[in-house]
Amino acid sequence: MSAAPFVVIGAGQAGLQVCDSLRKLGYAGELVLIGAEATLPYQRPPLSKKFLAGDLEAERLYFRPATYYAKLDVTLLLDREVHRIDREHHAIEFTDGLRLAYAKLALTTGARVRPLQGPGADCPDVFYVRTLDDGLRLRARLRDVSHVTIVGGGFIGLEVAAMARSLGKEVVLLETLDRLMARAVSPAVSAYFADLHRAHGVDLRLACGVRGLETDAGTLRVSISQGPDIDTGLLVAGIGVLPNAELAVDAGLEGRDGIVVDVHARTADPDIVAAGDCTLHDNGFLARQVRLESVQNAVDQAKIAAASMLGLAEPYVQVPWFWSDQYDAKLQMAGIGMPFDECVLRGERASGSFSMFYFRAGRLVGADSINRPVDHMACRKLLAQGTIVSPAELGREDIDLMQLART
Amino acid sequence: MPKITYRQADGREDVVDVPDGWSLMEAAIQNDIAGIVAECGGGCACATCHVYVDEADLARLPPVGSMEGDMLECTAAERRPNSRLSCQIRVSAALDGLRVDIPERQT
Repeated sequence: MSAAPFVVIGAGQAGLQVCDSLRKLGYAGELVLIGAEATLPYQRPPLSKKFLAGDLEAERLYFRPATYYAKLDVTLLLDREVHRIDREHHAIEFTDGLRLAYAKLALTTGARVRPLQGPGADCPDVFYVRTLDDGLRLRARLRDVSHVTIVGGGFIGLEVAAMARSLGKEVVLLETLDRLMARAVSPAVSAYFADLHRAHGVDLRLACGVRGLETDAGTLRVSISQGPDIDTGLLVAGIGVLPNAELAVDAGLEGRDGIVVDVHARTADPDIVAAGDCTLHDNGFLARQVRLESVQNAVDQAKIAAASMLGLAEPYVQVPWFWSDQYDAKLQMAGIGMPFDECVLRGERASGSFSMFYFRAGRLVGADSINRPVDHMACRKLLAQGTIVSPAELGREDIDLMQLART
Repeated sequence: MPKITYRQADGREDVVDVPDGWSLMEAAIQNDIAGIVAECGGGCACATCHVYVDEADLARLPPVGSMEGDMLECTAAERRPNSRLSCQIRVSAALDGLRVDIPERQT
């Protein structure tokens, strides 16, 4: 009998990276990648960006063509849902009852959208942006409406708002907090983006939530916490995600806000690792437990998880980074800048190209850059190296940051 | 369809038919060309789809955009005068026969 395969549950960015890294690290055994969706693994970031406005074929979102999986000798099981993990017998069970043994198991199950609550939230004109199917449905429906209501002033909501405006739709955006992207960026950057969206014609309502929805003769009526009802064509909710931790939790592994893993992406079971959006992990760079929703986290943590599957204990210490595209503004975030006790501006806000660098207890902890990619890349380098820099240095445009990062 | 040649650092070459309007990066990814990482999926945000364009072909390309120029300062392999980010180059009939070299490293 041959040895049981290494099995990866979840065919998103992290799952694909686990497979790729396992092969790069020399694992030559059987490898199975399981995806709940029917399509080849694809990139999600464009779904709230250029994919919505254009006529980009779904195939162009694929990470890799089908031949890649063959070449990598990965058995791809798509459109298959795993029902449970039988840790005692080292096997997983699919919803159709079939079982598959594993030698090592990687959970890269990702996250799902947090559903809108309240009366009418289940009506068909409420859209989300997470899966390719979500993107295709929203893109098609957008063509038929002239007015769009967006709930949530985070990356997804704001990116969709920008795309909807580029399509000429009237857009109302509701955010319950008093500023945009409050989890991710500083108040100054929030304010910049509020101005940007208003300048592009978005009717932005801060500190305003949805109370309920009703459909009336083809129109969706949104009642809100402040102000009169809004009649709209469709509603897009971008109010966060919930980690898919149930498989792990049901199997007796620890999972609160995500599958709990150590700095090596290992669960408490020596044969099970986890990586990506689904994990609540010990982050070696941040020196705390955190859940991150990003391409960077999916890729970098998956590499660590693959190493752990092969018994190599590499620590996850990579610098977190994120990006968002809204109109002509490319927002790039390095590190985790919030909370900070000191910050410095580089460049000029009015030019539409500037960075804010954040410090905590005298140490650089992160930066938000708007159309300043070199600042972003330099900040990532400075953070990775732990270079000691002062706010005054970073604020001076005559100092070359890439140079500073190289010294 | 325009033909593009991707050459690896070890000299191996892949010639690929690229649909009009695709980027050089996309064509590389969809044809499973090694060495183009494209972490950000074409957002001009990561500098991991760096290529060196054959000197003879440089004049056929649109000029380096300002964002691309900035990102080229951040490539893992050395920036040269013929460095480009493959996500920023749209393929059209005018680029038929283009040859690019893939650097030894992207990250």
